[in-house]
Amino acid sequence: MDLNYSPEELAFRDEVHAWLQANLPDDLSEKVANYQELEKDDHTRWHKTLAQKGWVAPEWPVEWGGKDWTVVQRYIFEEECGFAGCPSLMPFGLKMCAPVLFRFGSEAQKQRFLPRIYNGDDFWCQGYSEPGSGSDLASLKTSAVREGDYYIVNGQKIWTTLAQFADWIFCLVRTDANTGKKQQGISFLLMDMKTPGITIRPLILMDGRHEVNEVFFDDVKVPAENLVHKEGDGWTVAKYLLGYERMGTGQVGVSKRELTKLKALASQQMKDGKPLIDDPRFRDKLSRVEVELMALEITNLRFLDQLRSGRAPGAEVSLLKIRGTEIQQTLTELMVQAVGPLAQPFKPIDAADFDQFAATLTPRYCNYRKTTIYAGSNEIQRNIIAKMSLGL
Amino acid sequence: MNFDYSEEQQLLADSIRNFLAKNYTFEARKAIIESAAGYSDQVWATFAEMGLLGLPFAGEYGGFGGNAVDLMVVMEAIGEGLVVEPYLATVGLGGQFIARGGTEAQKKAILPALVEGKLRLAFAQTERGARYNLAHVAVRAKKYGTGHVIDGEKCVVIHGPCADKLVVSARTSGNDTDPKGISLFLVDRNAPGVSLKTYRTVDNLRAADIHFAGTAVPAGGLISKEGEALPLIEEVVDYATALLGSEAVGALKYANDATLEYLKTRKQFGAPIGTFQALQHRMVDMVITYEQAKSMACLACVKVDSAAAAERKRIVSAAKIKIADACRHVSQESVQLHGGMGMSEELKVSHTFRRLTTIAQTFGDADHHLERFAACE
Repeated sequence: MDLNYSPEELAFRDEVHAWLQANLPDDLSEKVANYQELEKDDHTRWHKTLAQKGWVAPEWPVEWGGKDWTVVQRYIFEEECGFAGCPSLMPFGLKMCAPVLFRFGSEAQKQRFLPRIYNGDDFWCQGYSEPGSGSDLASLKTSAVREGDYYIVNGQKIWTTLAQFADWIFCLVRTDANTGKKQQGISFLLMDMKTPGITIRPLILMDGRHEVNEVFFDDVKVPAENLVHKEGDGWTVAKYLLGYERMGTGQVGVSKRELTKLKALASQQMKDGKPLIDDPRFRDKLSRVEVELMALEITNLRFLDQLRSGRAPGAEVSLLKIRGTEIQQTLTELMVQAVGPLAQPFKPIDAADFDQFAATLTPRYCNYRKTTIYAGSNEIQRNIIAKMSLGL
Repeated sequence: MNFDYSEEQQLLADSIRNFLAKNYTFEARKAIIESAAGYSDQVWATFAEMGLLGLPFAGEYGGFGGNAVDLMVVMEAIGEGLVVEPYLATVGLGGQFIARGGTEAQKKAILPALVEGKLRLAFAQTERGARYNLAHVAVRAKKYGTGHVIDGEKCVVIHGPCADKLVVSARTSGNDTDPKGISLFLVDRNAPGVSLKTYRTVDNLRAADIHFAGTAVPAGGLISKEGEALPLIEEVVDYATALLGSEAVGALKYANDATLEYLKTRKQFGAPIGTFQALQHRMVDMVITYEQAKSMACLACVKVDSAAAAERKRIVSAAKIKIADACRHVSQESVQLHGGMGMSEELKVSHTFRRLTTIAQTFGDADHHLERFAACE
């Protein structure tokens, strides 16, 4: 047993670290550090910078631009990006649509979409959840009826992240409503967001930001060539993709950065003339989340070590999602607690010296309640572990 | 980076598990804890034959020069089997003081006999009112001729009754909580002036409150430098805390395995109770707790031998916080999910509950280590 990185891995970490230092634009890292909203151009600019370096999709096959890194190298890369405060890469194209195309796409689909995903030419979004289909995803109703060379799509998606930026959407649609099981008769369809009949309605969340949307489909004509995999067998694709969706939810690097910030904040805030970080009640909460994060990091590495010896990722991904998101939420909560009454101001009306940073903390706490709900709620993750790993 | 056990470690793990599966069944253990001595000479002799007692000690004393990671597999098996023999007291504590702080003469006198299973040790440190403060030592040792005389009382000396010799902390100068002025002595348990009040602990170990009344220790009985023993005490207790973490991992594993099995076999309302989502989610949380605790036990054992003192303390405390929380969570849930049966003396799960409860408190509870962890920054 040896928990240290090898000399090669350490050299790799230094290389990534140095490159990020030199190439992460200051305005982007400041926006991330100050919890400011990122524009589409911010996302795209960082995506293209990484694409030029050849690091935007290391997990892809080498012939499509992947890096053939080990699982440990990939982990190091993600952690360094998180710790450095890089804008997070939007996963919808790179980590969701692309793996599906590699596994299920036709040659023509791969040629058409993958290079544009790699280069950040198309912004993708995900059409999964519906108003009546959240955790029970397979009950979805958005219909696609084949007419000649087209599917005619009608229905509605919800919680569609950054649909307002998107050029393309991948959707689960029902192509056959008369099957015995709800998992049957679902298909995986790609749609150009400019197609007539698609309407986006913003859903403003309690943090005041426009991050998610409702997307309406009204007789949308989608070319049949945009069907991925077999008609009616889309649930196979959906399950495959959900495994990928959960892979990146541990976020150890990001949480380490947030912990460092929380400590700095708690050292500046004073309570009865002493730094808040020395208050035993606050300090205990801080220490507990730090220890929980240490344990998550080692658990993550233990699982990676198992993957390295060739095992497929299983229910342990759900464990990382559960603990990772709980830690992220605790960190946002302690940030709010750290600034005390200053966590209440939200938007200046007529205030010259408004503390913008403190004003982001409660909205961020609000926003992070999503993490235990999205990508399969943590209760769904517990169902998965109970069934897949414990045989209950 | 690599989390695998080496081939030797794996072989050792298999041989201990095989031995315990055959010879340390729950029924066999019951007979041992009810015997007069409260441990088994036969089991102890087998541990010696298997090389377990010599595992961490240098080859020149009959040992194998193993590190804390080598001992993880042993401690996990001990935890899973609820082994009551004085392994941690002798190998993880007493022997470590000799190996790390003893003179050559002490090493020669103690370690080979220990490795052969002929000598058991216990660490007499805790005092009433000291809680977990290792610097709180009120027992006094005064110069007497070339040696010392010890007066005072130690309490809850785990495995004190079966120890041939005790490692005793005593104050040679300063006030009761002064970090300076603490010394360590090797004392025969049967020496004149040593009297024991023995009892069973809640988790069925044997322990004693030990009174020293003018107990004479010859010059050769001082371990390490007079008055400067605290760093050594901290080092050895951290080492034992890391090992205890692995013991906890074994006991947590048993509690989880037994509970999962129970969920699959116990039927109520016409179905196995494991089909109820309320119980499934609690079981999943127990598994997550186990994995997180195991990670921290690994980290502590890997770092405890090599890290500098400040980093060692930080990591051992972090691990003990997580281990203590895990002991509490899993032990309580394992009894709850077993229902009334979990309360019964007849089920191993209730014994595991008690062992996990005491492990959570041993060498400092979560609150103690939260304080130390914060102080390490």
